[in-house]
Amino acid sequence: MAAKFSKEYDVIIIGGGATGAGTARDCALRGLKVLLVERKDFATGATGRNHGLLHSGARYAVTDGESAAECIAENMILRRVARHCVEETEGLFITLPEDDLSYQSLFIESCRRAGIKAEAIDPREALRLEPSVNPTLIGAVKVPDGAVDPFRLVSANVLDARLHGAEVLNYHQVESLLREQDRIVGVELRNLTTGESMQVRSRVVVNAAGIWGAKIAELAGVKLNMFPAKGSLLVFGHRINNVVINRCRKPADADILVPGDTISLIGTTSLRIPFEEVDKNVVTPEEVDVLLREGAKLAPTLATTRILRAYSGVRPLVAADNDPSGRSISRGIVCLDHAERDGLEGFVTITGGKLMTYRLMAEWVTDLVCRKLGVSVGCTTASTPLPGSKDVPSRAKSRKEFISLGVGEKGAVGRHGDKADEIGFANSRDAALVCECEQVSVAELRYAIQSLNATKLVDLRRRTRLGMGTCQGHICVMRAAGVLAENNVNSTDVLDEAASFIQERWRGVKPVAWGDALVEAQFTQWFYDGVCGLSELDRQKTNQSEEK
Amino acid sequence: MKKYEDSNVSANNFDQCTKCTICTVYCPMLEVNPLYPGPKQSGPDGERYRLKEPKYYDMGLKYCLNCKRCEVACPSGVRIGDIIALAKAKNGRKVPKLRDVMLANTDFVGSVATVVAPVVNTTLGLRPVKRVMDATMAIDHRRTFPKYASEKFTTWFRRNMAESQKEFAKQVCYFHGCYANYNYPQLGKDLVKVLNAVGYGVRLMEGERCCGVAKIASGLIGDATRDARRNLSEMRKAVAEGMEIVATSSSCTFTLRDEYDHVLGLENGDVRDSVSLATRFLFRLVESGEIRLAFREDFRMRAAYHSACHIEKLGWGIYSTSLLKMIPGMELIMLPSQCCGIAGTFGFKKENYDYSQAIGRPLFDRIEELGVEIVATDCETCKWQIEMSTSAKVLNPISILAEAIDVEKTRELNNVIDL
Repeated sequence: MAAKFSKEYDVIIIGGGATGAGTARDCALRGLKVLLVERKDFATGATGRNHGLLHSGARYAVTDGESAAECIAENMILRRVARHCVEETEGLFITLPEDDLSYQSLFIESCRRAGIKAEAIDPREALRLEPSVNPTLIGAVKVPDGAVDPFRLVSANVLDARLHGAEVLNYHQVESLLREQDRIVGVELRNLTTGESMQVRSRVVVNAAGIWGAKIAELAGVKLNMFPAKGSLLVFGHRINNVVINRCRKPADADILVPGDTISLIGTTSLRIPFEEVDKNVVTPEEVDVLLREGAKLAPTLATTRILRAYSGVRPLVAADNDPSGRSISRGIVCLDHAERDGLEGFVTITGGKLMTYRLMAEWVTDLVCRKLGVSVGCTTASTPLPGSKDVPSRAKSRKEFISLGVGEKGAVGRHGDKADEIGFANSRDAALVCECEQVSVAELRYAIQSLNATKLVDLRRRTRLGMGTCQGHICVMRAAGVLAENNVNSTDVLDEAASFIQERWRGVKPVAWGDALVEAQFTQWFYDGVCGLSELDRQKTNQSEEK
Repeated sequence: MKKYEDSNVSANNFDQCTKCTICTVYCPMLEVNPLYPGPKQSGPDGERYRLKEPKYYDMGLKYCLNCKRCEVACPSGVRIGDIIALAKAKNGRKVPKLRDVMLANTDFVGSVATVVAPVVNTTLGLRPVKRVMDATMAIDHRRTFPKYASEKFTTWFRRNMAESQKEFAKQVCYFHGCYANYNYPQLGKDLVKVLNAVGYGVRLMEGERCCGVAKIASGLIGDATRDARRNLSEMRKAVAEGMEIVATSSSCTFTLRDEYDHVLGLENGDVRDSVSLATRFLFRLVESGEIRLAFREDFRMRAAYHSACHIEKLGWGIYSTSLLKMIPGMELIMLPSQCCGIAGTFGFKKENYDYSQAIGRPLFDRIEELGVEIVATDCETCKWQIEMSTSAKVLNPISILAEAIDVEKTRELNNVIDL
């Protein structure tokens, strides 16, 4: 292993979120020798813990015109290059009786200035467009919002980077940065699966670690003043709305309802947290209350719809002033050349920004890296489709063909676009469903294991939608563990993983554990503890270690 | 009217599915046909994807029998069958085949066929005709067609009974359905005989339409809704006159009570509780002491009771069997509760014939094993299937009751004076 990575790279990118994956792809497309490292799995940080909203930029139009303009430009680009990750749903900004209707004209004017098509429509028309919207609305503006699947987006970027020669290592943590005088020349990595350490050299190191980027900067001896701001969201059991619903007012808590794949998401809150809580933040009962109370104002049926789980992410905002909410800080992109800023060569940081602008962030930092390396190849990511969005899937060229596919094939084509051509459904075992709620087949899991760097059950969740549905892994975990074990993953590890997968799902259910969600969780517990004896696993291990 | 199709909220509580998967164990189709995704996947699981985008509709849903055994099994009360029926209506074949329209329009076809019943009955029994129907309309040639009567029940009733019924102090409204009207008027006559004996006069609805069960199954929701509206307004009139509405068919009863609301989205809460199965109506009167039954001393019968799917859904098989068990000369054997495979018009379709027979096979074998001459069931299509597939004769419990009661003694017990 160590020998393989002893060679020198042009660039090492730290952080497997959207920004890091996008940067790895951009660098690889420009012919650089790339290594992407991530201490967990791809899209585990803020990238996988947000709304999945394909912002039109309208939300920022009034307060931050620059971000708004970036958003709408990237929005239009992603519709082209990441078709299989995007749903073109449209969005509404609604005014409720308790809101000030005069904000609407300021809003529309600001949108127009930022280049966002914003059109005031009759409230009745809004109700026709989206029947779940609060029927008491007094105003509505239609904007080009949409939904984007961040897991799929990151996976496609990583895949394309690899297809262009990049090497990627997930579950590898950066222990230290290799420094020679005033220059960063590589990283020391620890393989978190085996515990081995290794040194890897490169001409430039890119810090794209999101909120954890402050820690990476510390390793380099430079200071990044970052602002961890927690945002929490609730996932509902099924799609309530097909159009994104926002409140037409100054941004506040729980004012965006996004339809994302099979579910709807209400969010977010915004709460400044100390750095120590970044890795163990929880969704509080107060947050759940405010999300439900405010969310039901957007779509009243929210109040009676089953909640699947709650989760939170941490925004990597770069501090500019002492705003306690962390909300009025610019969401703008911060691209730092530490040679200029701190006199440290070979080290750059890309942070701030948002999921929507990940590609632009990658472009900026890749431009910087290329300047440093004396490479003059231009950026093509705005026009080169990602794998999955290059072509029409060959087995579903028309709607009619799609409908005639089996359940598991539909799921695979829906998620992987033209890449589904590589997923073979040769026999009934391939087509057998592992995750019934999210229509994930044996063949799709095998593809994820073999082609998408998935080595753990939780990775399979992010590559497909395994365990993300109604039962939260109750039915599929054991089946998926079987598929994983078949594909050369040690079977005792797989059992441990099944246990931790279920534990992880429960963490998300716990803040909303009442009604149907609690019934389901209780059932899962009976099943895995009572029938399968999964908690015995821990006891056996404890006993074994005591004997030793 | 509640317009489910206009909103993104499924009206059929699929959120309550805990994925326990019990429904798949009770699905008769899943056991014989791997092309059917099963009730859980077709219902609550698939619904989430259909809400995302209708193109996730699975063509395998056409195999759902609408037997509702999944709903009976569901510990969370999820209306799985209703979710599937609505998805079929919304996403399935838009232009129905001529055959499906013919099979579903029991009213229209029945009206025409009864006029020329002898010709139709003979023709439909001819092998060349069956071959032609198989080839042109995909109605399976192995299927035996129900016979059409030469005189409709309603015609008989109006000619012979209508006047005398008015003399009874107590009245009940009879929803005869298509089967009693066109195919087997004797069932209606039997009910009139029993009800009259216990002091109830029978009234019919003005212009009763088909309950719609076959149309719903074929996705002809528009036609079914038109008929249902008409029936509902007639039912309201009957209820306003203080009458209960009884039917001899479990499927008609179930459709009037549940499908009008759940599948067609028609408000029927005001009349639902007044709709009953004839056996339930009678049993409850006996139980409360309001009526008494006297039976013929020479009546002897050994029969097996088959629980039709929709009577399982209603949970009312107990009324029919309890009533039959009151007959002193009756030896009643319970058959295991399972689908016979016909599922209304489903089994008539060529592509379904083999599934239909495979589903019913264990039931047919059991009936033959028992060597019973009579099978009692509350469903007419089960009757066709079992009579075609076994050597047993199938009777509605009301017909058995009509044969078993001693009319004179019963009238005396209930103080029914000679009219």
